[in-house]
Amino acid sequence: MAPAAADPVPFFSDGFPMSAHSDTTQRSATISVLVDNEAGVLARVIGLFSGRGYNIDSLTVAPVDAAGLRSRINVVTSGTSMVIEQIKAQLDRLVPVHRIADLTMDGPHVARELALVKVIGTGEQRVEAMRIADTFRARVVDTTLGSFVFELTGASEKVDAFIELMRDLGLAEVSRSGIAALARGARVI
Amino acid sequence: MSADLTQSGAEILLRALKDQGVEVIFGYPGGAVLPIYDALFQQNAIRHILVRHEQAAVHAAEGYARSTGKVGVVLVTSGPGATNAVTGLVDALMDSIPVVCLTGQVPTHLIGNDAFQEADTTGITRPATKHNYLVKRSQDLARVVHEAFYVASHGRPGPVVIDLPKDILINPAPYTEPAASHGSYKPRIDPDADQIRQAVAILKAAKRPVIYAGGGVINAGPEAAALLTKFARMAGFPITTTLMGLGAYPASDPQFLGMLGMHGTYEANLAMHGCDAMLAIGARFDDRVTGRLNAFSQGSRKIHIDIDGSSINKNVPVEVPIIADAGRALAALVAAWEADPTPADKAAQTAWWRQIDEWRTKDSLKFTQARAPGSIIKPQYAIQRLFELSRKRGRETFITTEVGQHQMWAAQHFHFDKPNHWLTSGGLGTMGYGLPAAMGVQIAHPDALVVDIAGEASILMNIQEMGTLAQYRLPVKVFILNNEYMGMVRQWQELLHGSRYSESYSAALPDFVKLAESFHATGMRATAVEQLDDVINAMLDCPTAVIADIAVDQAENCFPMIPSGAAHNEMLLGPEHESSGASVSDGGMVLV
Repeated sequence: MAPAAADPVPFFSDGFPMSAHSDTTQRSATISVLVDNEAGVLARVIGLFSGRGYNIDSLTVAPVDAAGLRSRINVVTSGTSMVIEQIKAQLDRLVPVHRIADLTMDGPHVARELALVKVIGTGEQRVEAMRIADTFRARVVDTTLGSFVFELTGASEKVDAFIELMRDLGLAEVSRSGIAALARGARVI
Repeated sequence: MSADLTQSGAEILLRALKDQGVEVIFGYPGGAVLPIYDALFQQNAIRHILVRHEQAAVHAAEGYARSTGKVGVVLVTSGPGATNAVTGLVDALMDSIPVVCLTGQVPTHLIGNDAFQEADTTGITRPATKHNYLVKRSQDLARVVHEAFYVASHGRPGPVVIDLPKDILINPAPYTEPAASHGSYKPRIDPDADQIRQAVAILKAAKRPVIYAGGGVINAGPEAAALLTKFARMAGFPITTTLMGLGAYPASDPQFLGMLGMHGTYEANLAMHGCDAMLAIGARFDDRVTGRLNAFSQGSRKIHIDIDGSSINKNVPVEVPIIADAGRALAALVAAWEADPTPADKAAQTAWWRQIDEWRTKDSLKFTQARAPGSIIKPQYAIQRLFELSRKRGRETFITTEVGQHQMWAAQHFHFDKPNHWLTSGGLGTMGYGLPAAMGVQIAHPDALVVDIAGEASILMNIQEMGTLAQYRLPVKVFILNNEYMGMVRQWQELLHGSRYSESYSAALPDFVKLAESFHATGMRATAVEQLDDVINAMLDCPTAVIADIAVDQAENCFPMIPSGAAHNEMLLGPEHESSGASVSDGGMVLV
């Protein structure tokens, strides 16, 4: 999209208005990074975010190939478009980074996280917690006469909603995995 | 991989260095690296230069690297050896200088135990380097060394640390030949042809074009600088360079506008402010260059060529981003310019040049030197005479600087027609850079004239390196502009803090003449204008290292100046000019 020479507002070559510079709208981005599974690689990624003042809303990392040579880091971050582009460019220049995908921008994707939720209660509260867990398709992975540990998988919003409902029913403790994400369809990173 | 396990890790390390073409190492021994020093003792291929402080070893390696285009190599011990090197590493990172720094480490079984002289070197240097390694297995040693050189010198160059536990240096290790490529690090060096065509279309249509070139052109090699000159002349565009880019384009060429930025020339900054098309090459829109961002060159269509994608659209959004090596991009640009039949708008450009020539008449670097005997020397005049008298001799000349006013005056008044002859700490602004860097240059170019233009405060930050000059008979000339102040601090205090000169006076200075003599060098002094030429000539004639202590005007400020938070068209001009109406805003005070 080439602007006319007299056009007072130039455009990026990919069609984004140049005013992205002053665009302060924050967006969330789910970024997947394929890295060499070597010592210190996670510290490099985290150090980059903290050193340059970027947000980390969620972070997961684990080896993803049979030989254990590559790991996939999924990071959910937020910022202006310019900041998110900068985050991707900064990640790209880390030596052990193989590939980066901005799942939010590149097309539809699925993002899921796992949560373990401990609820302590008895009587009607306990029954209600169990009923809601059923609705959310949460599984009971541990139980005593006075407590449950539910395992719940889903989009972060679903996990948030479940935890919110448990708050009045004896919510005691939560452990969340952070999100794992993949592009929909046949696309790969 | 050779199954031959007859060599120790230290011997394998030296073999790998040799295969990487290393001839010189700058270093300082200590317990953890004794096996390497023992191996160095038993060979002649690699020369070791013993510095007096590890920070200086890195700056010397930077000087070596920048003046030769090769990778500089540093060897320091664990703990304090490594932590002392950190300032040099960050300096090399900010200015994109290829350096490989070998650090000793406690043996692998002691790592994490708070052993003597243990530091978490890879942890400490992670944000201080382009990349770093801790070698934990002997079979990785040779591969890691080769990789480190690849990473340091490919893409945007930078420092790489290899942390070497002592047992890895002692135990036998196998040798691996260098690999042709790297598994994950594959920097893009060739420009996209479509983007080059877009760039040419914008530049051909330009009525008020300007080229803004930086240190990336110099890092891309002398061919890149030659192509830049070719392109600029072909297109007839005005060109300005950053502090790091000085020498990328001949300063004596009429199309050169001088340096831009905070202490850049009037014409360079106004051309940037008023242009309608900007071609940025190997420059990163640093805050010292752009001034206030929301007023930076608002009316221009911008093309940015950089080998580091993260430098593009970081501070200033551009219309045509081109990720490529500066040399390759310039070659493509030259070809595409010639292939595009569209004529450039010559009439408009003539008017643009007329405007630029009018700005030039402002003579923004003007100063007045009183000539009466006994007159105090103006710092600008001292540099101007150093330039003229050294040029007259026709020797290959390298200039390094420390950081502060003298650095800016050197950038303004010493002119470079070739790349790789100007070495200064641009990004990090490291006082104490110049003397060790000069040392590294002189090692690489034994017959050249190497001058460190210094201030009396900066020079004291690595003054111990006078000992290194003596040991290796390096005839480096230290040219001190002595105003008895941390001059740039003093200048900011005068302009921004009501002339309250808090802690910026250099009290209790040494006698630099005696100091030189105590280090087996020659000391000289000039305190009045009529002595200046004689001292400079004596310095240039002297076969030994020299400290020339030049007493200069203490009140002199460096102009022009774009105060922090101001725009390119809001320059402060010197006392030689009428007031430009610019002033320092409260918002600017918070900036550095």
